[in-house]
Amino acid sequence: MSKLPQSLANNPKLGQWLDFAAPGRVTVRIGKVEIGQGIKTALAQIAAEELDLAFAQIRMAAPATDTAPDEGVTSGSLSIQDSGSALRLVCAETRALFLAQAAQRLDAAPETLTVADGVFRAADGRRTDYWALAAAVTLDRAASGLVAPKPITAHRVVGQSQPRSDLPDKVFGLRRFIHDLDLPGMVHGRVLRPPSTGASLVSAPEAMADGIGLVRDGNFLGVVADSEQAAERAAERLASRLEWRERDALPDPALLFDWLKTAKAEMQIVAERGTPASGARTHGAEFRKPYLAHASIGPCCAIARWEDGALRVWSHTQGIFNLRADLAIALGIGRERIAIEHVEGAGCYGHNGADDVALDAALLARTMPGRPLRVQWSRRDELAAAAFGPAMAIRLEADLDAKGGVLAWRHEVWSNGHSSRPGRAETPTLLAASDLAKSFPRRLSINVAPAAGGGAERNAVPPYDLPALKVASHRVLDMPIRASALRGLGAFANVFAIESFVDELAALAGEDRLAWRLARLADPRARAVIELATARAGWSGRARRPGRGIGLGYARYKSNGAYCAVVAEVEAEREIRVERLTVAADVGLAINPDGIANQLEGGAVQAASWTLLEEVRFDRRRIAIAGWEDYPILRFPEAPAVAVHLIRPGDQPSLGAGEASLGPTAAAIANALHDALGLRVRQLPLDRARLAQAALA
Amino acid sequence: MIVNGRARTVAAPDEASLLHVLRGELGLVGTRHGCGSGQCGACFVLLDGEVKAACELTVGQARGRSVTTIEGLGSPERPHPIQAALLEEQAGQCGYCLSGIQIAAAALLARRPDPDEGQVRAALARNLCRCGAHGRIVRAVLRAAKAMRV
Ligand code: FES
Ligand code: FES
Repeated sequence: MSKLPQSLANNPKLGQWLDFAAPGRVTVRIGKVEIGQGIKTALAQIAAEELDLAFAQIRMAAPATDTAPDEGVTSGSLSIQDSGSALRLVCAETRALFLAQAAQRLDAAPETLTVADGVFRAADGRRTDYWALAAAVTLDRAASGLVAPKPITAHRVVGQSQPRSDLPDKVFGLRRFIHDLDLPGMVHGRVLRPPSTGASLVSAPEAMADGIGLVRDGNFLGVVADSEQAAERAAERLASRLEWRERDALPDPALLFDWLKTAKAEMQIVAERGTPASGARTHGAEFRKPYLAHASIGPCCAIARWEDGALRVWSHTQGIFNLRADLAIALGIGRERIAIEHVEGAGCYGHNGADDVALDAALLARTMPGRPLRVQWSRRDELAAAAFGPAMAIRLEADLDAKGGVLAWRHEVWSNGHSSRPGRAETPTLLAASDLAKSFPRRLSINVAPAAGGGAERNAVPPYDLPALKVASHRVLDMPIRASALRGLGAFANVFAIESFVDELAALAGEDRLAWRLARLADPRARAVIELATARAGWSGRARRPGRGIGLGYARYKSNGAYCAVVAEVEAEREIRVERLTVAADVGLAINPDGIANQLEGGAVQAASWTLLEEVRFDRRRIAIAGWEDYPILRFPEAPAVAVHLIRPGDQPSLGAGEASLGPTAAAIANALHDALGLRVRQLPLDRARLAQAALA
Repeated sequence: MIVNGRARTVAAPDEASLLHVLRGELGLVGTRHGCGSGQCGACFVLLDGEVKAACELTVGQARGRSVTTIEGLGSPERPHPIQAALLEEQAGQCGYCLSGIQIAAAALLARRPDPDEGQVRAALARNLCRCGAHGRIVRAVLRAAKAMRV
């Protein structure tokens, strides 16, 4: 038997994935969640395709721990790979079971039946359908994985651009987000977070006036009120009456990267191959990325309700089962006492505070059994209290021969681990867990296994043919600033560094930077995206204009995911402006091509924002962010024009697209800036200050 | 106050936040809460035709005046041209920013039926979108402008 996809091996019963209980509809249950990436639409397309149903006949159930298959976390651009491949097999096998039953009922050979819109038709016109047959077909059986899905040539739904099923509600402002849920008897809570890492509450009032509830557990403090506005105002009033003891626990921001490289760390060799020959000289450079915030437009929000010692939580988490595991530990109850239902939130771009706020809600709701309690974070907490994408330092070195040819390549990265996601250890990672009287120590962030794409070392191995290379990653074992997964993890900075360095090496060798890459990429799919992006951007034969430049960045996400090349055109005479980004990608079989283009485009724009503007500022004590004024992101007037071109490679496995364009975009912008001004800026963000530093260096 | 063309009596006191009242008492949740301090545009409404952050207005400031929210622009049955265009362009990812953006765009088109791209971008300068849907949104607004002119 062929190996089942992991999601299916873990949840083998067909009936876990779908049922035909609703007339004329199939209900599909998946464990991955919608985070604005369009996953519900793409997976519904797969189900419609393999079951021979119309797209409109597919109902995607909201994932909940009591009904959905456990598929772990929705992250790493893996949903189409995990859920998609499982669902494809499940639906193909389900269709085959129903087809056999239909053949029996219609007394015809299965291969003579046609199936469309869920109706099985015999050659003589007699018919039956999924719903008429459902009672006779049991889905309470394990998938064999032996029924082959349709060949790509037979696809009618998959591969067609399908409008997103969730978008109309959002365009018309309907009740769709978790923020909009209004449960009967619901009350509202707000949490007063410690102002800095390790702060402890010295004095707080014992109670509040005006019917406001006050909940305190160690350094965890919150208020509860009947209305949201009352809760908000109570929190404001209370904040001014609190006294915290704080200490200087953060690294000196001026020496952040020295701290990273000298802090206690755990070293891992990521890759080592070839025997380095001794070179004529060595070229080395250090690249740096600051802490970055997820900075969702909608604040984190959760609703919790306790009843008879059991807890129900409504959450926009990326991993309902992982959140349940950590809540169980933090609250000291069994997992089976907790149910979590997913409700869509605003885009999260990685592990933001969605899980943390669920614990906040559960802690406050515990004081009011039977009442649903809703907590929404403040803008300040959204930007300053959620985990950040960690700062990184990357040292690159190449030993070169007399002509500048690379003999050996070395890459070293220093960073905190890139994941503090819940549900992976024996103590919780949820924010409030370390504030409780019976506190759980803050867990150090980890790097997920290399097989899952790694964390800090993601994309640290260069894609080029090089005679010898060595890649090492240092996971810093001290975490004064809480770090976790931000879209793309280490790939963003590693690709920025590698692709910047490649331009430097090409220049040292007197080679053309495009030719340098093409000559060292054996994989034709890699060359194809670079060729497409550069052709569409008009790379060759451009007239040089003062203050303007063009640059290229390429990576295959996680080394085994989507191929993506980006060309950036910048104008840097006064302001640094990215005028245009041309993205070319190969994502294997594209389920929903327009959805993929949308994600690649969004990723490129977000990466442009990170690259040009973003940096979490702090002093020795506090994160210095009170609101958007302290963490600017790219706005409409500056957002670059983006063109996305997809290569359709035929029936190649589908590769997630959500994170593929970020690293190449950063590198392309840095390389374009160098092309424009002759200045190599190696520290993000690429703003005027960094430019001035580079000019002095 | 007049909300989306209908007179509504509001029980909340004058000092209550208009955003809370819209989302709570009036059940108009399409106006989103993003920052609560006028910095992101998620809560934009039209107050007598002018773009305002509902999170920075009190009920008192809106009494006797006309408030238009996203629900007043159009509905699935009768979409506003901007809404039709957003769907045609598939402009949006998480969609959290879209309500406020449509309000700002509607105000622009009321004032300037034939904007160029730069004017659309300038009109949306106070609206944040974290998903990077800017390009598609700008195209949709230009498309809507064209549809409204014919
Ligand atoms: S919520 Fe009103 S401007 Fe952000
Ligand atoms: S679509 Fe998500 S913030 Fe704009």
